[in-house]
Amino acid sequence: MLSKPDEHGKFGIFGGKFAPEVLMTTIEELEAAYITCSNDKGFRSELDSLLRTYAGRPTALYFAKNLSEMCGAKIYLKREDLVHGGAHKLNNTLGQCLLAKHMGKRRIIAETGAGQHGVATAMAAAVLGLECEIYMGTEDIERQKLNVFRMKLLGAKVNPVDSGSKTLKDAINESIRDWVTNVENTYYLIGSVVGMHPYPLMVREFQRVIGKETKVQILDAEGRLPDTIIACVGGGSNAMGIFYEFLDDDTVELIGVEAAGKGLETGEHGASICAGTEGVLHGMYSKLLQNEDGQIKQSYSFAPGLDYPGVGPELAHLAESGRVKMGSTTDEETLNAFKTLSTEEGIIPALESAHAIHYAIEEAKKKAGEQKDHLIVVNLSGRGDKDIYTVAQVLGDRREEGYV
Amino acid sequence: MTLEEKFKELKERNEKAFIGFITAGHPSAEDTSKIALAMIKGGVDILELGLPFSDPIADGVTIQQASESSLRAGMNTDTYFDVAAGIKGVEKVCLTYYNLVLQRGLEQFVHDSESAGITGLIIPDLPVEESKPLLKACARHETDLVFIIAPTTTDKRMSKILDLASGFVYVVSLLGVTGERARLSDAVRPLIGRINELELARDRPQIPLAVGFGISTPEHVRAVCEVADGAIVGSAFIKMIEERAGPELEDRKALLTDIEAFTKSLKRETKKTR
Repeated sequence: MLSKPDEHGKFGIFGGKFAPEVLMTTIEELEAAYITCSNDKGFRSELDSLLRTYAGRPTALYFAKNLSEMCGAKIYLKREDLVHGGAHKLNNTLGQCLLAKHMGKRRIIAETGAGQHGVATAMAAAVLGLECEIYMGTEDIERQKLNVFRMKLLGAKVNPVDSGSKTLKDAINESIRDWVTNVENTYYLIGSVVGMHPYPLMVREFQRVIGKETKVQILDAEGRLPDTIIACVGGGSNAMGIFYEFLDDDTVELIGVEAAGKGLETGEHGASICAGTEGVLHGMYSKLLQNEDGQIKQSYSFAPGLDYPGVGPELAHLAESGRVKMGSTTDEETLNAFKTLSTEEGIIPALESAHAIHYAIEEAKKKAGEQKDHLIVVNLSGRGDKDIYTVAQVLGDRREEGYV
Repeated sequence: MTLEEKFKELKERNEKAFIGFITAGHPSAEDTSKIALAMIKGGVDILELGLPFSDPIADGVTIQQASESSLRAGMNTDTYFDVAAGIKGVEKVCLTYYNLVLQRGLEQFVHDSESAGITGLIIPDLPVEESKPLLKACARHETDLVFIIAPTTTDKRMSKILDLASGFVYVVSLLGVTGERARLSDAVRPLIGRINELELARDRPQIPLAVGFGISTPEHVRAVCEVADGAIVGSAFIKMIEERAGPELEDRKALLTDIEAFTKSLKRETKKTR
């Protein structure tokens, strides 16, 4: 079952390399360099050491006792929010920055939506002594000021993107344009399992550490594999990271949760698998939000990390094959889960991760009647500090809650 | 007439091809027909008519903004083919991104192109590796799929591309996106040299080479025509339209006069070589 892309970078019918000719040679070089590095003991031990001593791995697998009692199932949280920087993103940026260094590229560019990938890229570039420029939509800059400031403190240059919807997809477009122009000295560091081959493969491999640790930790704690693993899905990197190690374990149900935004029926959401159709964007054949002609639609979610009109090709493939089950959660439901986890467990989750928490609570309640001790692991992919203004704003509009 | 026949005809007249690009629907579908007519009067040999995409990764800011404004004004694939069909008296190629072709259906898209009198397709995000399905559809309709060669294209890739190329090869003059540049890229001559060398070793007629990206002045066109079979100008037209397509009827008239004169000034340079 373990899915590997074929020689064209395809997972089933999804994936591929739909890139401008000017990039194709670089993409071939990148693939070759990645294969060399991933088989190189020196590279692997350098990365392991950074993950341990700099990123703070392994992260804890925490038994959420209060939440479990509340819902009637055993819920564990994989604490990626404890990774340096506050999200799983650093696992990937350390890996790719190290790869860039081995390739002799001194300039790193990256796109960011929520700013978490931008911050993680700026951190990895700083620690490895590389130049760093981040593309970010002006809309996102406005709603994620804190992360913009963090990136600047970390020594990165933040380039505002004012085209299109002024969000993540446009930041990716602009990064690709920069890459096309500066391809000889520049490394494009994609933050999720999206884009042209080999990015979906590479990012999944760098995030795979999440699932590897989880497997050891849950066996240690419970003596068995979980019944269900739940992760939120924007591009899909935290989901692929925790799912991959369990693909061959047929008893483990894998569930990806997309952003239903204001409701799938409203058209304002980020649910590319649940409500999208097949097409090509950003170098990959995958599930997209688009109109009949193929023009890409604007996605929506109050969690900026899920506000993307596409999804990783491997996840699209696993969803189509039925191995991964997909669900979606609205802003409103997410907000409740955000509050619940904060008050019940003293953990403020990222709004992205709170989508998975909501789904887990519902799933736990459903299973409570059917089975004793249903075992659920949720990937808590990030912490919610970055979101407190968004949440305060939403709650502030409701006077009865007393948040004003 | 096929694209290769067009290049042949020009060659017999001792001319190179002048290829002009505009985005369909910028600033409106109606304007596009008039602007195209002005370009035809000015002597454009091949009209490259862009079907705008929401996420044009190979384009610089000028064409990006034209695409956005065209889509905002309601351009869609159906209207595009209507506009294209109405433009007569010039060879037409369609430039667009792969997703728009895919969503209409490869066969349907090529069929509709052919019906609209379009003889070639240029898809900047469709590299040779992913091109087989569309090539098949193109072969059924005698439509050329125009491939791109860039300065970073290795000889190995170049051979693969030349094996499948028909119509002409779009030679990207520089590392970067579309848009005006002050001077012609130094990469052009060595790149054309490399392509010619590979072509010499093959036993078939050499495919025409047209150079684009950053070509915006008569001087650029002349320099390109010294080494290649054609020059492609895009962003300079879009910029002219953007700047001069004012709301008044007088503005529109002046724009069309300017477009025609600009086209003439560029086409003239293609007649001076050899």
